[in-house]
Amino acid sequence: MSIEPQIAVSPAPTSSQGRRLGRGVSAVLGFVVTVFLTFLGLLAITFFIGRVIPIDPVLSVVGDRATPAVYEAAKVQMGLDQPLPIQFFNYVVGVFSGDLGKSVSTGRAVVDDLSRFFPATLEMATIGIFIGVALGVPLGVIAASRQGSVVDQVIRVVGLLGYSMPAFWLGLVGLALFYARLRWVGGPGRLDIFYDGLVSPVTGLILVDSLLAGEVDIFWNAVSHLILPASVLGFFSLAYIARMTRSFMLDQLSQEFVTTARVKGVPERVVIWRHAFNPIRVPLITVIGLSYAGLLEGSVMIETVFSWPGIGNYLTTALLNADMNAVLGSTLVIGAVFIFINKVSDVLYRVLDPRAR
Amino acid sequence: MTTRDWLLDDSPTSRWQASVGRAYRVFTALLRNPLSVVGGIIILVLVLTAVFAPWLAPYSATGQDLANRLAPPSDMHWMGTDELGRDIFSRVIWGSQITLTIVLLVALISAPLGLLIGAVAGYFGGWTDRVLMGITDIFLSMPKLILALAFVAALGPGINNAIIAIAITSWPAYARIARAETLTIRNAEFIAAVRLQGASPVRVIVRHILPLCTSSMIIRVTLDMAGVILTAAGLGFLGLGAQPPLPEWGAMISRGRTFILDQWWVATMPGFAIIVVSLGFCFLGDGLRDVLDPKSEGK
Repeated sequence: MSIEPQIAVSPAPTSSQGRRLGRGVSAVLGFVVTVFLTFLGLLAITFFIGRVIPIDPVLSVVGDRATPAVYEAAKVQMGLDQPLPIQFFNYVVGVFSGDLGKSVSTGRAVVDDLSRFFPATLEMATIGIFIGVALGVPLGVIAASRQGSVVDQVIRVVGLLGYSMPAFWLGLVGLALFYARLRWVGGPGRLDIFYDGLVSPVTGLILVDSLLAGEVDIFWNAVSHLILPASVLGFFSLAYIARMTRSFMLDQLSQEFVTTARVKGVPERVVIWRHAFNPIRVPLITVIGLSYAGLLEGSVMIETVFSWPGIGNYLTTALLNADMNAVLGSTLVIGAVFIFINKVSDVLYRVLDPRAR
Repeated sequence: MTTRDWLLDDSPTSRWQASVGRAYRVFTALLRNPLSVVGGIIILVLVLTAVFAPWLAPYSATGQDLANRLAPPSDMHWMGTDELGRDIFSRVIWGSQITLTIVLLVALISAPLGLLIGAVAGYFGGWTDRVLMGITDIFLSMPKLILALAFVAALGPGINNAIIAIAITSWPAYARIARAETLTIRNAEFIAAVRLQGASPVRVIVRHILPLCTSSMIIRVTLDMAGVILTAAGLGFLGLGAQPPLPEWGAMISRGRTFILDQWWVATMPGFAIIVVSLGFCFLGDGLRDVLDPKSEGK
């Protein structure tokens, strides 16, 4: 699985003097406009997938044995008798008022389903990114400061594997090894079956909910279930974060101020962690944001492997049942979150980097 | 004059000699890079395996042998057998044909599409550029896998639709590259000369701009192939790509899911094939980049 973001982290343009006034305002406006346009584009794509590609959406609802009268009634009720632009307009209005249609397989509104499943995905991806950052950043720094060392080689191999290993395969191998053979972690699902439903959902995040309810046993059980899928996700973000940290650090370490610091006799630890590391914190935020968005996407595969009741599992179940409303709803939500994180980390970079101010 | 001298001649007498000479130089530079040699060998083995699968595979890909179901790896069955007693090693070999088909078709659909869109946007500029690049950026900022899933859901499961869905989601990166390259070439004097001779925009783009974009395109396509293989395997794993009994590697892993706790080899073996082939494309792509695009070396 590759979580390499499509948008390159380009260095912020060093602006000439002046023109500073109003720059902030226009940046915010520009941000809002691009996010809105991108989201509209996402809506256009899901609309296209839902209404234009299927040969006859009405037929898929009423079945091929319906009488012409029933067929016509369904067509009018679905708004399909109107021209495409009007259909699209109605679709956009519906989405913005929180109407994503009804899921055929669960019989509930797609919005309700999604709000129930989303916290599980969020919990897994968040723990995953914590693992990725906590290990990836230090490893990348060490690899850069000792080029050619064992750590450097390990980072290289991990980076390559992060590109060429299927996430679902790593998940399966992890289950076979750490669950079936070694019994170190809990199996599929969020909790053991006899703990299921004991904690009433408050936030939907089982780690938080179990602590709120004071159920320490359930908390540790949830941790044992969460640790393996989160580590698999963390591995892929680690691969990317460590590689980027290494290349940022190499850039800094070749700068003259680093040489100056060394010549002055500043301890190597301070040179690396203060002089060289401080300037790369800003681009690292962008990298972390982008890989977080990538993890939300990667969780689709992982959730299927671990029977994790998140949005990815919901999406794949819907796919197999040809439940188009649910498919498009999940696509929209994942896409929107993905776009949002993408754009925010892009903007954060510009706001935090003093050269871009 | 030896063949080598002819190839390395500084003043080629024909176009053919010039382009063959350049290819030879790239080839020898690649040979000096150990990783790209490994990558090249892996891809070569993949191609040979796919072509000679009928002779290489010890068993048929679909022949069942229920008496021998779920047998562990042994002399008879190097990678064991699956739940229908089919030899996994043979299925992995046959599966190379499917993987190669997917990779080739995705590259053949998405790279020319991206090239064309990017070159047109870059060459004409103005509103054409803004509209085309707007669409490209929208596609770029979407999660690729999710988009591919949604397309397959609408088109219906199957290997052809999986290929179409992957191609639809992978062209935008190529459009970006082609546009950037076109912008740097557009104002060159040789383009102005061709235009003064009365060449139409179509001729300028097809004959003079696109050929100059190919080397960066080849690098990018090779590097992307690992991702394409993983996405295709992912679609197969979810049951949306190649359908049984086709020996697609992702679908094979999915069948092995049920037995992962006791018969680990069913799901594990096809995964190794995926990793090796993806690594091969990564290595080769890295090597090609170092040779064809020395600017970005070591990144």
